[in-house]
Amino acid sequence: MVISSTVSHPDEQNESIACTFASRYVREQVPKFKMPENSIPKDAAYRIINDELMLDGKPRLNLASFVTTWMEPECDKLIMDSLNKNYVDMDEYPVTTELQNRCVNIIAHLFNAPIGSEETAVGVGTVGSSEAIMLAGLAFKRKWQTKRKAEGKPYDKPNIVTGANVQVCWEQFARYFEVELKEVKLTEDYYVMDPLKAVEMVDENTICVAAILGSTLTGEFEDVKLLNELLTKKNKETGWDTPIHVDAASGGFVAPFLYPDLLWDFRLPLVKSINVSGHKYGLVYPGIGWVVWRHKADLPDDLVFHINYLGSDQPTFTLNFSKGSSQIIAQYYQFIRLGFEGYKNVMENCLANTRTLKEGIEKTGRFKIVSKDIGVPLVAFSLKDSSKHTVFEIADHLRKYGWIVPAYTMPADAKHIAVLRVVIREDFSCSLAERLVSDIEKVVNLLDTLPSSINSKDAHVAVIASETSEEVKKDITETQAEILRYWKKLVDGKRVGAC
Amino acid sequence: MVFPKPASESDLILHSNFISRYAKDSIPRFSMPENSMPKEVAYQNIHDELQLDANPKLNLASFVTTSMEEECNKLIMESINKNYVDMDEYPATTDLHNRCVNMIARLFNAEIGENESAVGAGTVGSSEAIMLAGLAFKKKWQNKRKAEGKPYDKPNMVTGANVQVCWEKFARYFEVELREVKVREDYYVMDPAKAVEMVDENTICVAAILGSTYNGEFEDVKLLNDLLLEKNKQTGWDTPIHVDAASGGFIAPFLYPELEWDFRLPLVKSINVSGHKYGLVYAGIGWVIWRTKEDLPEDLVFHINYLGADQPTFTLNFSKGSSQIIAQYYQLIRLGQEGYRSIMEDCRENAMVLKEHLEETGYFNILSKDNGVPMVAFSLKDSSQQYDEFKISKMLRRHGWVVPAYPMPPGAHHIKVLRAVIRADFSRTLVEHLALDIKNVLHELHKIPLDINDEKFLVDTALGEHREIIAQESNKRQKIMAV
Repeated sequence: MVISSTVSHPDEQNESIACTFASRYVREQVPKFKMPENSIPKDAAYRIINDELMLDGKPRLNLASFVTTWMEPECDKLIMDSLNKNYVDMDEYPVTTELQNRCVNIIAHLFNAPIGSEETAVGVGTVGSSEAIMLAGLAFKRKWQTKRKAEGKPYDKPNIVTGANVQVCWEQFARYFEVELKEVKLTEDYYVMDPLKAVEMVDENTICVAAILGSTLTGEFEDVKLLNELLTKKNKETGWDTPIHVDAASGGFVAPFLYPDLLWDFRLPLVKSINVSGHKYGLVYPGIGWVVWRHKADLPDDLVFHINYLGSDQPTFTLNFSKGSSQIIAQYYQFIRLGFEGYKNVMENCLANTRTLKEGIEKTGRFKIVSKDIGVPLVAFSLKDSSKHTVFEIADHLRKYGWIVPAYTMPADAKHIAVLRVVIREDFSCSLAERLVSDIEKVVNLLDTLPSSINSKDAHVAVIASETSEEVKKDITETQAEILRYWKKLVDGKRVGAC
Repeated sequence: MVFPKPASESDLILHSNFISRYAKDSIPRFSMPENSMPKEVAYQNIHDELQLDANPKLNLASFVTTSMEEECNKLIMESINKNYVDMDEYPATTDLHNRCVNMIARLFNAEIGENESAVGAGTVGSSEAIMLAGLAFKKKWQNKRKAEGKPYDKPNMVTGANVQVCWEKFARYFEVELREVKVREDYYVMDPAKAVEMVDENTICVAAILGSTYNGEFEDVKLLNDLLLEKNKQTGWDTPIHVDAASGGFIAPFLYPELEWDFRLPLVKSINVSGHKYGLVYAGIGWVIWRTKEDLPEDLVFHINYLGADQPTFTLNFSKGSSQIIAQYYQLIRLGQEGYRSIMEDCRENAMVLKEHLEETGYFNILSKDNGVPMVAFSLKDSSQQYDEFKISKMLRRHGWVVPAYPMPPGAHHIKVLRAVIRADFSRTLVEHLALDIKNVLHELHKIPLDINDEKFLVDTALGEHREIIAQESNKRQKIMAV
């Protein structure tokens, strides 16, 4: 890079020898709204930015996220070396492209796609499950439209059936691609999509039913097998060919290793596409997802672009074009480095640590565990008694110890339940689990000594004892409703932020 | 952290990466291997295969940045594990994103006060940025038509045939008709007069390109604005303009500040720019800016609770890395306007030098403009020769250069060009080398009488050539390792 400017100003002459914090650059206000006129030395720029970023939360203590926060130094090296490779230049970087294809094949085989052992699978690497889901949804929408056109029927009102526990990207897909989202409401103690209710909602305009393997809120696996059976029956009766998509963003790299007998993937005939996040239990840094189709026929050809870009033919079906290659290489590294046994070991460790955490939390006697044993390794728990203090206060206090543990309300119709959720990632060891339990105990004990902050402003009442609810007077019910509305407004964003 | 049990302890300790049995076995391609392997071996295997990729810095096909300073690389690696979307957990990173949006908006003369927040978003690239901008236009147009009680099922947009493929993707995926203005010989970009003719009541926007992919030319946005204003007055339609400044957005403000193409023109409602082109950041960052809040329909925006305050978000991707956003901010404050100006001037000068060398040979027509993106697009004066632009491109590959050849867009499809992009890390020395190699290639082509069908020593496609090399190397390595 050529920066040629001679040092003319006397002040500047001293800059080159001034130590970082003595230089004038740390005196001046950092530019926020307008691009500064002048350049600054690179170490000043580094220092300014590095210092501000110290105020970010520590990624490894961020227990809110499923997304990987640690990789081996060897992999970091590979990432560093490929930072300047633009993935989409497939012609210039054929090996990188080849690595992507290998990953797609590996994942398709992991999900039991009905292809030969040396056959190329149909799938693509994306920036995350959001893009993967949009591509899968687009494929379903186009397929359904083509079918309806051929039948001479209207095709202007497509819809998709999911649970109300879907991650926000499904709502984004629905809104941006003009598909109606039909959500199956949850109920207390059943926080995932009920296959029976889902199949009831299916009509001739349904482009697909989306099941989640690893619900964001409780980590639970939805019963895809039951959904498949019920939907097969309905398809037989009605003659509609409604397919299933499995959003395995979290669960896709958990189920094959911990629960290989669980039928949820392409072994079920109605499952036509699956998405998984490489950056969750695929154990790669943020920025990689995968979508795999059962069969070439499930990806309409008119969505695939064959373009002459920079001089050669490139078939592409992605929303993003130019992007980095690092995460794809990192994903392949993990596949060959860990292999099946490695992933299995990691997941088993996560499960063991989850158990430790769960037992520790149960021992305090204050919490009810909402997450299931079979699912993504996480612990979601609510307060048995939230009449005096709420889970939101616990979350706040835990921040003081450095932990980021989010608190959420459940979606409709279980909005009165609020939970804390701790995600167990690969780098969350047993010692950290024990430390977290002891810090939770400290917080709970501290809250006992504090006066209740429950007033009309910040209470969130969990409906527990039925005796008390009968005695509830009308005005208190109204107050409760008001409180629920206030918290819903505040934390609705937290629900969509949960990933 | 996993410490998988090695098959044999001695295997790891005594043997180097290459002698151990892992290098002997064929590398997994279709199924996940059953067992783990040591991390050093995994690294070595992948690292070696990647040697067969082209050298990014000699890739003259791409506008995308291939070099950044060490300090920036450090910042990138330090933030590689931060998921950008966790705005609540990483407020400083989110703040840096917002500052970038503000700076870029002001660079484009957006209509906002000094301390007012601009409306915009960081994206993974211009593709995502364009889809967001297009979606905003579509939704706005639909809302307007619904309010007027008119049909809203046939939206279309008008662009030149020289658009980058992501516009066609947008049109196909979001069900908008794409109306392309054909180019013609000697006018390889969208003609504003023809574009305005194609506008009708269903047009959601007209998209102009600042820095056409084919020859780097800037379209005449001002003329488009003037003509469209007139038509809008006559018809009462409010057809807006979007400027795809993917390449040009970080060039024009520094090299051609008088050129009116941005929000100074009243009909321009949104602009996209690639941070990873002349924004001087590695692949994976783009920006889209809207003129005002009103140009982004509220029902497209999702609201996230960020530090107790509302953080509106409008993106297609959710989880993604934070590194490129931080890198963009680094470049904006490290270089400042003078730094960017200095770099762009150097790029332009290098492009001029290359152009002069090519003109000197007497064999080429130059199709790129002096005032545009720093690149040289050139085609053969005499197309009756035994060789064409594609042959030249292939032969340059053997010298290590990636200089692509392709036909011009519909309307001038018979014209083929070679295109060399001058990026910030392409020094004068390299320019001289390239010019010399091009002259050498011409010399070779004229010395040896080549039959156009003679492919004995020129492999069909560069990709095929690479694949062949990979296969050969792989076989060679396996033979060595089998000892």
